[in-house]
Amino acid sequence: MFEKLKNNDKLIMLGFTIMVFAGPIILAPFGAGYPDLLQRFAIFGIFAIGFNILFGLTGYLSFGHAAFLGIGSYSAMWMFKLLTMNVIPALILSVIVSGLFSVVIGYMSLRRSGIYFSILTLAFAQMSYNLAYSVFTPITNGETGLQLRLQDARILDAVNTSGSLPSPMLFGLKLNATNVVEMFGMKLQFNWGFYFCAIILIAAFYVSLRIFRSPFGLMLRAVKTNQNRLNYTGINTRPYTLGAFVISGMYAGLAGALLVCTDPLAGPERMQWTASGEVVLMTILGGVGTLIGPVIGAGVIKYSENIFSKINDKVLEGYFAMMPESISDFLVFIVSPFVGSGWHLTLGLTFMLVVTFLPGGLVEGATRIFDWLGSIGKKTKSAKPGGNTEAAE
Amino acid sequence: MMDAVFLQFLNGLDKGSAYALIALGLTLIFGTLGVVNFAHGALFMIGAFCAVVTRKILTLESVVLSATEKTPWGTPKEIKTAYVEAWFGDFGATMIEYSILFSILFAIPVMMIIGIVMERGLIKHFYKRPHADQILVTFGLAIVLQEIIKAWFGANPIPQPAPASLTGSIDIGIWLGMTADALVYPLWRLIYFVFSAVIIGATFAFLQLTTYGMVVRAGMADRETVGLLGINIDRRFTFMFGMAAVITGLAGVMYTPILSPNYTLGMDFLVLCFVVVVVGGMGSLPGAIVAGFMLGILQSFAAMNEVKAIIPGIDQIIIYLVAVIVLMTRPRGLMGRKGVMED
Amino acid sequence: MGILEVQNVSKRFGGLQALDDVNLSVEEGTIHAIIGPNGAGKSTLLNCFVGRLLPDAGTVLFQGNSLLGKKPHEINQMGVSRVFQTPEIFTDLTILENVMIPTFAKRDGAFKFNPFGRVLKEVEIKEHAEKLLHDVGLQDSLTEPASAMSRGNKRRLELAMCLSQEPKLLLLDEPTAGMARADTNATIDLLKEIGKSHDVTLVIIEHDMHVVFSLADKISVLAQGTVIVEDLPENIKGNPKVKEAYLGETDDG
Repeated sequence: MFEKLKNNDKLIMLGFTIMVFAGPIILAPFGAGYPDLLQRFAIFGIFAIGFNILFGLTGYLSFGHAAFLGIGSYSAMWMFKLLTMNVIPALILSVIVSGLFSVVIGYMSLRRSGIYFSILTLAFAQMSYNLAYSVFTPITNGETGLQLRLQDARILDAVNTSGSLPSPMLFGLKLNATNVVEMFGMKLQFNWGFYFCAIILIAAFYVSLRIFRSPFGLMLRAVKTNQNRLNYTGINTRPYTLGAFVISGMYAGLAGALLVCTDPLAGPERMQWTASGEVVLMTILGGVGTLIGPVIGAGVIKYSENIFSKINDKVLEGYFAMMPESISDFLVFIVSPFVGSGWHLTLGLTFMLVVTFLPGGLVEGATRIFDWLGSIGKKTKSAKPGGNTEAAE
Repeated sequence: MMDAVFLQFLNGLDKGSAYALIALGLTLIFGTLGVVNFAHGALFMIGAFCAVVTRKILTLESVVLSATEKTPWGTPKEIKTAYVEAWFGDFGATMIEYSILFSILFAIPVMMIIGIVMERGLIKHFYKRPHADQILVTFGLAIVLQEIIKAWFGANPIPQPAPASLTGSIDIGIWLGMTADALVYPLWRLIYFVFSAVIIGATFAFLQLTTYGMVVRAGMADRETVGLLGINIDRRFTFMFGMAAVITGLAGVMYTPILSPNYTLGMDFLVLCFVVVVVGGMGSLPGAIVAGFMLGILQSFAAMNEVKAIIPGIDQIIIYLVAVIVLMTRPRGLMGRKGVMED
Repeated sequence: MGILEVQNVSKRFGGLQALDDVNLSVEEGTIHAIIGPNGAGKSTLLNCFVGRLLPDAGTVLFQGNSLLGKKPHEINQMGVSRVFQTPEIFTDLTILENVMIPTFAKRDGAFKFNPFGRVLKEVEIKEHAEKLLHDVGLQDSLTEPASAMSRGNKRRLELAMCLSQEPKLLLLDEPTAGMARADTNATIDLLKEIGKSHDVTLVIIEHDMHVVFSLADKISVLAQGTVIVEDLPENIKGNPKVKEAYLGETDDG
């Protein structure tokens, strides 16, 4: 049953679409149903899906993809400042610009492989970050970050007489508008910005699905398993890997543009190498080389960041309030380093455990559980070990 | 103009020394165990915090309520005395002043243990895994170590002054026959350079002159053959991991008066040092040293106003630019061997 | 003129003269074996054919076109395929996908950007791959990962991969190395069969004399980087020069 579902593209797309659209309802009980966080799930989902097209399929580990995220953000901001607050031109420009940058950076970095490739991408990203911070201040506004201002040109928009800063919109539909609906005894927040990001996420997921199933995707997976053989099989691997690099760079640019569509501020820190590391974590945690894994990984990390980091000692004491004071104090003492400002510790530990014991990420974990359940249900059907290759089919 | 160039050269030396030491440790680990260690910067940071801990221990104070003196609020004044001062008098005060010496003594066993635990506990399970997995798991470890330090010591830098007698500057210009004040250089930076030169020299001497070191080098070149000779090469490699941790840790201890330790120190240096190692050539010890000093000094020159006037922002990107150029033109770095890490 | 012409090829590694003025001519449609003791330069020569190494001097002509300076994929696209000494396959992919990839390479060339195609809908490619797998004796569990195969089957798979491209020239580097005698004989039969049915010229580098004499139409003996004899198998057996080169190793055959 699970096997069948995995290989039926229409069902996958249908299930994915329903899950994404129902996000505000499904995630509300977990305290994650508010627009800001939902938007981040979708945006970083797109970022990770794109990263996975490069890393998951070809095995080239880039440590510099945050640069494209930042480039996308800056391009979109300039569209907002000069042309219009409508998000469509901003998205188009940011995809084009990040695509151009990734052609150049990819062309040079892909001349090397292994760790040399990782270091080259890292070097390019750090250069972008340092320059955005310093000499490119006229374009990036340095440390403060690029912001909207009242006196911006916005030549396509009507003259702004309201005296307040405009907000990004889609043909007049303001993306920060939220409808609050009472349903199932909860206050559910349906936000236009989220649904805009969600539609793009679904499109991005569909494109990724098609790439996975295409001869192009097959060649990329062949690069990962044996590039040497592929060369002696008459395939010029360079344009294939460059294609994957540019596509993933464009995904990152798109995600960067969406970040400023939901919150119009672009700062250089989103180009820093820790941000590149974050997308690697998302992909690995969810399941590298799998379709849905990166989205799950992005969701889990962004959820932890927003929820765990808000838990402080007070909140913890609330959790353990029904226990005797000494036990409760002890538990708070044990747990508190892992939450609040220490949530990175939890993240790092989880990550180490996943890489060590579950290299296929959460998706592999789920596959194993399903197989195990299946083997209990039908003793005659032998359990297959789940793994990257299967999930990637 | 000559003085200015020379001064920049000297300014580059201390940073270059730090790069060289960390890169030396990183290369030892890579060369012996074939592991790409992204937690290496964390070792540098832990070394720096060894200095913090030593100083904390030395300055532990006894608090006594004064019988006579009162605070302005009328409560008895607290008299704080460091135990070492109470026990040893002036000598105790000197001990606190020169705490960095004790930090070094303290850091050696601590870093050795941390290195060995790291290798036996985690890294050894990753020898046969792809390099990408090694990078990822040590990256996770780096985050964990960094967060532990943050949880214990907080997020703010903790200043560690050098001994007062060593904090001043010296007028190198006079030695070189220039006018007074033409070339003034902080004394501690000079000490740092000399210290790193000694460590580098000792490491090479150990590898070149002792039988133990020779076996290790033979193992680096051909692990299997050495293993066939009945030598337990694994144990020696574990020890080398510990030694690499010690070298890196000491680099951190000695760097504390130059840069106040902070939990982000490891990550800040890690990226730079990977660039150094790659520029030098993965697995080449002399390459790591040469590239370390070269990049430190280049960074210092790029920071000159004259240079920045010609190429704006060059000081921000020089290291990465050099890395890109070297990797594009010499794929194996300056002194790398063929076929290392090219899968 | 033969399909593959090697003229005055030399290659030096530092102080070692690996190839010294090698001349070789392979006739179209034949099975040509290159033999020689260890270190004679057989693998170096093969690497010069496929673009892995660039000779210091001389030319390598395939159907009259020079192969020198061409990249491996370009040489493959000209119709030269190679089987490696240890099977080089795509271990993470399925057996079927392993053969579909070279079939795609044959049809679509060295690069085709088709991210919206569907592998599953490429029925012709799939059927072609299945036929080739059948030809080398692999029919079962084609959707299993290739990593699970036995070493012998991996060799068959690699052979199928090369044949799926319908190469004009197939280079085999010790195709029976490390095989038991029974497997070796099966491989000999398979190669004979392939030579006939696929209209392909075979160049085999081999150590095992039994294989060479059962298969080859012509043999070149390489010793110390140069071809000492090129002749029919029956003339090679008694040749004193060959005996000398092998210093008694001929007893193997």
